[in-house]
Amino acid sequence: MTKVNITLNGQAVQVESGKTVLEAAQAVGIDIPTFCHDPELSKAGACRMCVVEVAGARNLPASCTTPVTEGMVIETESDRVINARKSILKLTWAGHPQDCLTCEKTGSCKLQDYSYRYDVDGSPYKGEVKEIPLDDTNPFFFRDLNKCILCGKCVRKCHEVNGAGAIDFMYRGFGTKVTTAFDDAIEESSCVFCGMCVDICPVGALTPKQGLNQGRAWEADKVLTTCPYCGSGCTFYLHVRDDKIVGVTPNFEGPMDGHLCVKGRFGWDFVDSPDRLKTPLIKKDGEFVEATWEEAMDLIASKFEGVRAQFGADAIAGLSSARTTNEENYLFQKLLRSMGTNNVDHCARL
Amino acid sequence: MAGLATAFGSGAMTNTIGEIEDAKAILVIGSNTTENHPVIGYRIKRAVKKGAKLIVADPRYIELCDYADSYLQLKPGTNIALLNALAHVIIKEGLADEAFIKDRTENFAALKATVEKYTPEYAAEITGVPAEEIVKAARLYAEAEVASIFYTMGITQHTTGTNNVLAVANLAMLTGNMGKPSGGVNPLRGQNNVQGACDMGALPNVFTGYQKVTDDAARAKFAKAWGVELAGKDGLTVTDMLDAAGSKDVRAMYIMGENPYLSDPDSTHVQQCMGSLDFLVVQDMFMTETAEFADVVLPAVSWAEKEGTFVNTERRVQKVNPALKPRGNAKADWQILTQLATKLGFDWEYDCAEDIFKEIAALTPSYAGVTYDRLGVMGIHWPCPDEVHPGTPILHVDKFSRGLGHFSAVEHQDPAEVPDEQYPFILTTGRILYHYHTGTMTRRSEGLKQIHNEELMELNPLDAQALGVEECDTVKVSSRRGSVKSRLKVTDRVPPGVVFMTFHFKETAANILTNSESCPTAKIPELKVCAVNVEKA
Repeated sequence: MTKVNITLNGQAVQVESGKTVLEAAQAVGIDIPTFCHDPELSKAGACRMCVVEVAGARNLPASCTTPVTEGMVIETESDRVINARKSILKLTWAGHPQDCLTCEKTGSCKLQDYSYRYDVDGSPYKGEVKEIPLDDTNPFFFRDLNKCILCGKCVRKCHEVNGAGAIDFMYRGFGTKVTTAFDDAIEESSCVFCGMCVDICPVGALTPKQGLNQGRAWEADKVLTTCPYCGSGCTFYLHVRDDKIVGVTPNFEGPMDGHLCVKGRFGWDFVDSPDRLKTPLIKKDGEFVEATWEEAMDLIASKFEGVRAQFGADAIAGLSSARTTNEENYLFQKLLRSMGTNNVDHCARL
Repeated sequence: MAGLATAFGSGAMTNTIGEIEDAKAILVIGSNTTENHPVIGYRIKRAVKKGAKLIVADPRYIELCDYADSYLQLKPGTNIALLNALAHVIIKEGLADEAFIKDRTENFAALKATVEKYTPEYAAEITGVPAEEIVKAARLYAEAEVASIFYTMGITQHTTGTNNVLAVANLAMLTGNMGKPSGGVNPLRGQNNVQGACDMGALPNVFTGYQKVTDDAARAKFAKAWGVELAGKDGLTVTDMLDAAGSKDVRAMYIMGENPYLSDPDSTHVQQCMGSLDFLVVQDMFMTETAEFADVVLPAVSWAEKEGTFVNTERRVQKVNPALKPRGNAKADWQILTQLATKLGFDWEYDCAEDIFKEIAALTPSYAGVTYDRLGVMGIHWPCPDEVHPGTPILHVDKFSRGLGHFSAVEHQDPAEVPDEQYPFILTTGRILYHYHTGTMTRRSEGLKQIHNEELMELNPLDAQALGVEECDTVKVSSRRGSVKSRLKVTDRVPPGVVFMTFHFKETAANILTNSESCPTAKIPELKVCAVNVEKA
């Protein structure tokens, strides 16, 4: 791989040729704002937020699509650049609802963050405002297309990563919106509700229904864990507030690159199902009666010991579980084997 | 697993998920990947977009068929005939990797002799797949610079399950697709920690890391570490265990986090067997159908309330971290087991999950180098023999775990039950995207329930017409073991003569119908084929 020498904000940097200016900047810790860029998606160059000033160039090129070249001198926060970004933000605000007080996305919204960064407080332009009804027909997420800034990341994620291809741009000009074929309800489309569009939406156009009004993004503790469903082993962050799960976000740095499916992304609410067993139960006269741990353990120990004494250890058998942890499976077989039997199996065969 | 252990010396996925998209050809057989392993399905679809040739072999027209260069719609239970025919074509057309066969494998002559008669035409008669499609698929797979195979229960849940796996392994060795990136033989594990449960010795014949209970040295090692005497004879498998309960050879059972009443074949028999037990303990988060039979039910916490590790399908050990406090008086399974062991007089001292993991690593060579601290964000692929070893993403690189890869000559054999006049349809079972196993978790998730909450048995339009039934009608489905009522989805995803049901819904418990006949080696029941009748209810 050949290297090229460039200058980024006055700093001399060596970069692999073929990299974009944005990638080169990220590699040395320079944060360039983007709406439409995602490292695993094709490059759209649509939002223009990532423009930079390149010495000798007439225009401000989009850093996400501009490859580095030998000797390039780049400024990522020059006055020209900042003015351009302010204009983009002002134009975006011209058609964007200003309901940040109640918007679920507040605190993790890129439009908000960049407006704060560049001191933009709304728009001087009086434009048309979209009045598309809120779509809440599917069980997993809201679609508020009035807030959509048409960055297209959801479209690319759906086509390039999931493969479902459920959504795309429809209509033209001001009427452009991201929707399903024939503008049908999302649940009538090929959408499989992986939620990956929701997770990369930079604004409040796509928000999960779970956790609604249950806290701002910064108020939740984020606990990295591994999905309890299939064997793919996706990892994600559980968002926890007041000892309740309020959401899930992908682990983009993990082995699965933040990819999830509907079960891992949205299927965790069984945890606080009212059906949860919360105390040991002992069957008496055909009915379950609540018991203490001590009572339950005494009964189990005496029954197992009795069976072992009367019929031998192999009259005891245990089914461990592919749902529990390694540590628990280890202890389960250790317990059965310590009692003197190898009658231990689990549902790998089913 | 028994099959891959015979062929390669290790029964796990040979390659990793990240390598999928750089394969040049992919054979998916008996795996509805996009519904059962969605994120792996994404990768396969991406591989196709990057130019990989995709071959899908499945009785049902699954989503991946839309992306396939070759679709082999085989009759359920005819995998060996198909796989042998692919091997036949590869050998006949000179597409085999002779250097690999000579240097790295044994018993090729036996394979060659056996597949001789599996001409595409002969296999077409058995499988229903056109001969020319078999030839095309064989070329796509064998001519690729590197090709990988993915399978799941569509291969293993047959009375010929182990032989099916051996036939899959034959193909990969025949073409030299072993031990290299984006190749290999990749059984996708269906549950979050089924790989880990196997690794941890939750099996009747092995301790952790597949150390055999019949091996005196292994037994002595564990006996010393645990301070107990250990039995040296293999225990009972799940299906045999339940039979033994029925015959009173097993008197007491301890079931942790499983629901065999809905997940095991022939539910009526399972129910009778569990009813015969003198004493049953069930440890679970919910009052499952199985727990209803118990004498004692112990409340376990969810995964979000405890610490530990899971091992994913690509042998990657990853952390599970507690996010919530235990609900009510529920406890983590490891805490319950420790408490019971203490009550039984064993000297167990574990203050946290990590204490247990350290003991595992000390007793298990393939885990010896894994520590909680090392797992980080990416986890570690076993085998990882010491604390500086980076882990092993690809198995069998320079040599197979067993030394030489072993070809096995296997023959087609009909399923235990084939359709007849009384039971003219083949029932095959599986899962759908929105639910999981017996639905204990997914049917308690509001969104998932809202999107799909009942069985919709798949029936071909031609069969529907012949039976005089339509979409959403209710039908009675009967086998030699029982009957259930189900609503219908009329679809050409299934071919005529084949119906598909899930086992997610207790109201339509498909396993009342299924056959408990098992593969004699792996003891995996034939959940993918049984004969049923369908009539208007």
